[in-house]
Amino acid sequence: MTDVTASSMPAASVHKTDEAHRRLRRRYRAELGLKLAGALAILLATLALVSLLWTVFGNAYGSIQKTYIKLPVNLDRDVLELPNSELDSDKIRGGNFTGVVRASLREAIPNAKGRTARRALYKLTSDGAALSLRQQAMEDPALIGTTQSVELLASDDVDLWIKGYVDRLEQLPVSGQATPQVVDDKVRVIVESNSFQPIVTTIKSALGETAKRFRAQAAAEMRGVRVFERRLANANSEVEKTRLQGELEGYRQRAANLEKQAQSFEDRATAVGGTETLNETLPSFFVRIDGGVIKIESASANAIEGTAILPLANTATAKAGSWELFQIAIAEEGRRISDVQAIWLNKLKNEGRIIRKANWDFLQDSNSREAEIAGVWGAIVGSFWTMLVTFFLAFPIGVMAAIYLEEFAPKNAITDFIEVNINNLAAVPSIVFGLLGLAVFVSFFGVPRSTALAGGIVLALMTLPTIIIAARAAIKAVPPSIRQAALGVGASKVQTVTHHVLPLAMPGILTGTIIGMAQALGETAPLLMIGMFAFIREIPSGITEPATALPVQIYQWSDFPEQLFEMKTAAAIVVLLIFLVIMNAIAIVLRKRFERRW
Amino acid sequence: MFQITALAVVLLTLAAYAMGRSRAYSVTSGELAGLHSLPGYHGFYSALVTFIVGFFVLVTMTVLAGLWVDNSVWGALPEDAKKLSLLRQDRLIADAKAIANGQIVSSAADARAEEIRQELSRLYSNQVSFSNYAIIAITAALSLLALLVTNRQIVPRFRARNRSEWIVQGLLLISATLAILTTIGIVLSLIGETLRFFSEIPLLAFLFGTHWSPLSGVFEGKLNPDSVGAIPLFAGTLLITFVAMLVAVPIGLLAAIYLSDYASNATRAWAKPLLELLAGIPTVVYGFFAAITVAPLIRGTGESIGLSVASESALAAGMVMGIMIIPFISSLSDDVINSVPQSLRDGSYGLGATKAETITKVVLPAALPGIVSAVLLGVSRAIGETMIVVMAAGQGANLTWNPLEAVTTVTVQIVALITGDTEADTAAGPAFALGFTLFCVTLIFNIIALRIVQKYRQKYD
Repeated sequence: MTDVTASSMPAASVHKTDEAHRRLRRRYRAELGLKLAGALAILLATLALVSLLWTVFGNAYGSIQKTYIKLPVNLDRDVLELPNSELDSDKIRGGNFTGVVRASLREAIPNAKGRTARRALYKLTSDGAALSLRQQAMEDPALIGTTQSVELLASDDVDLWIKGYVDRLEQLPVSGQATPQVVDDKVRVIVESNSFQPIVTTIKSALGETAKRFRAQAAAEMRGVRVFERRLANANSEVEKTRLQGELEGYRQRAANLEKQAQSFEDRATAVGGTETLNETLPSFFVRIDGGVIKIESASANAIEGTAILPLANTATAKAGSWELFQIAIAEEGRRISDVQAIWLNKLKNEGRIIRKANWDFLQDSNSREAEIAGVWGAIVGSFWTMLVTFFLAFPIGVMAAIYLEEFAPKNAITDFIEVNINNLAAVPSIVFGLLGLAVFVSFFGVPRSTALAGGIVLALMTLPTIIIAARAAIKAVPPSIRQAALGVGASKVQTVTHHVLPLAMPGILTGTIIGMAQALGETAPLLMIGMFAFIREIPSGITEPATALPVQIYQWSDFPEQLFEMKTAAAIVVLLIFLVIMNAIAIVLRKRFERRW
Repeated sequence: MFQITALAVVLLTLAAYAMGRSRAYSVTSGELAGLHSLPGYHGFYSALVTFIVGFFVLVTMTVLAGLWVDNSVWGALPEDAKKLSLLRQDRLIADAKAIANGQIVSSAADARAEEIRQELSRLYSNQVSFSNYAIIAITAALSLLALLVTNRQIVPRFRARNRSEWIVQGLLLISATLAILTTIGIVLSLIGETLRFFSEIPLLAFLFGTHWSPLSGVFEGKLNPDSVGAIPLFAGTLLITFVAMLVAVPIGLLAAIYLSDYASNATRAWAKPLLELLAGIPTVVYGFFAAITVAPLIRGTGESIGLSVASESALAAGMVMGIMIIPFISSLSDDVINSVPQSLRDGSYGLGATKAETITKVVLPAALPGIVSAVLLGVSRAIGETMIVVMAAGQGANLTWNPLEAVTTVTVQIVALITGDTEADTAAGPAFALGFTLFCVTLIFNIIALRIVQKYRQKYD
């Protein structure tokens, strides 16, 4: 019994009135509210980070693999336009490897005739295919004159198509047997069932849409009619009336025309049966029958007509199940792979000629305007040289400045001024450092533009405050007893610092330096200012050669319109993030293992 | 050439150390106790002097030689070429240099230009090779001289340790003053171009003009004062900054409060590194995120409820910038919230206040100056942030307060001007004027913020 009173009574004893209870509840609600708001804030920050990483890794996933078309390539001297004499790599360099690649494509798709079809065919492979073939031939001249099975790099559009990022061929259900007939240059297929009804439905619904659009335009013209009727009613001069009458007639006629067209579209859309035509603004449909593929151009519920993209072997009647109907849902005008190319790729795929491999080349290739052969190696090397310059400038200078400020500086106005300057420099926008680099180092001192040297100097100035602040903290953390002991046994001040304080502070200094360098590695804006934005294909072999840096290349790629570049941008970001994670991990390990607490 | 000379200086330095050390041994004839400094210090002193002399001479001579060669090539331009526009003259000289360096250049405008180009390139390569030899000879000679002089100085009573320590301290001082030099460098480099810009354009036209398209219709480097009004840029920058702070301040502050007063140790263990991770992501990645995910998302959402949203809306850029600044605000506020003395909280709890009441009525008011300075630093960061807005905000100067429209910012325009294909001299004027404005504004914000922090520290320390 006492328990019950103990738990129910005290509250009642402090808060006697209902008013007091309400107040208490309100206060507890406020308490909970703040707590939830705080949790929500953390949740939102987490959400932001997760969706950012999702964006990056999700996009990067698309460029993990690269698509190749494996074809027999005949490295014929005539096609290569090479002489019949002894070949050295210089002569091979001049060979027409594009021609060889094209010849093997023609062989794989023999029915691609005519300029348009040929051009579409040649777009299946990348320019990089001929380049890598040339490279192989230069390394091994014995290949010339032989036929090799070569994996030709596919173009970026093909790559995305194969990976299913655009759209894909989907099979539609069919029934009954089908009979093809060749009529002039067209092929007609008649089936027993209404298997082609989906095509007709698609066209009819598109016609319905068109009818609606025309109706809307007709309605707009009718508004004009009403306006002019009103004006006509108010017009007072004969001349004016004639003019308005003319205008009015124009509007009426246009409205009537549109209405008529709308009606005809609508009639076609609602009519049952009949034959309708497809065009490039509608989804594409194909029939595979008797070893050929027909692109459908017009269809009724049980018959289609179209051109053969892949020729039919014969015109035998195909039993149910031995012929197929395909659809590409996106209209041909809305994608970069045409119907013909899609069917060719499908054929190559069925023949097992389409190969997808891990894209290690991405890490070894340098920059390119072609999305499928662009890589990050040049940018990584450029970033490496830049960081090297930054480190060798910022680290010694930063440490020396920190030593001076902590160990030697007298307490006076100059020292204060230096400190204020360092704190302010840490907060100056990075782009201003870029302008400084441009005006002072590039323009005035003549440091070569867009080189790792110029970039490194600018980033060093930017990183200096970070390193100085971190190094000062590390030096300050060394207890005075160490210094006193050293001074006590007769060491000079410089000896005390270099022999005792500095070694003890070094882990902390290095941690700060690595964090500063990680910041510098991700910095983009100042590098843009000193011209590292230039498109550079060569891999820089020193600090005075034109170079680009990883973040700059990320920015550059993000500006390119090709969809594959979007994925490559994300992949390059992943590479950058990996470097940053490694650097930060080293910093954390250093801090954990070597930092001493006194 | 620079590398070879630098290598020579380094070799001479090493030689100076070895020679100084062995001479220190030899002057005492084995009686080491007679030396004032250890032999190593004698070597160190000699090496230090040699290196400093060599390095200083090398850098100065390289810079001076570059200026001298440039000057004389410009001076050697024939009279008829000097009548050409500055741009054409610049092109001629750049081509001449490229020819001398064996690079491929585009074909000359006419035969006369080709003739001038060839002549200048001959002169240029002559001068360069002469100055290269002069640099290596003079640098090597002077460092050798330094080596010999310091080597001669070595006698038993020579205070090599003290002297080298003076030099080391001098070097330390010079390193520390580099911060001042950088600031001076920034100010001077920005001011130079800015003054040149304002000699053509009245200050008021720049500060209060409402039309910004500095490079449209520019002929022969003459800017039109009516089209360099920076108000749209300032407004755009403020709009994006405002959106960013609207995101960053509440989230950052609430996160800091939650982490310091509510979160369990386990939550803190993952939430703090998470915020630090957010701080460590390069801004170019945020820019990508804004352009690829956030902008289309906002556009899609806006359109689904019937609003017309620009694809480079200020809202998208501002929100992502806000996310970038969250860790900045939260870590700074965390510091100040933690530095509010425990006694204040205990007093509040003692009076029966709840946690929320203690935070909102006691801790936050006490930490307010620090939080204000954190916000100010955040604003200064948002104003100066470049990559997010370059990738996600608009290019066209658009004076509007609607965050759903595209606006441009100061930093976007600096990047556009400097990386654009307009001739560098014309574009530099407005770009540096904008840069100078940016520097001044962020500097004022930083100074105010640092002042507030200092005052606040004094109150509780």
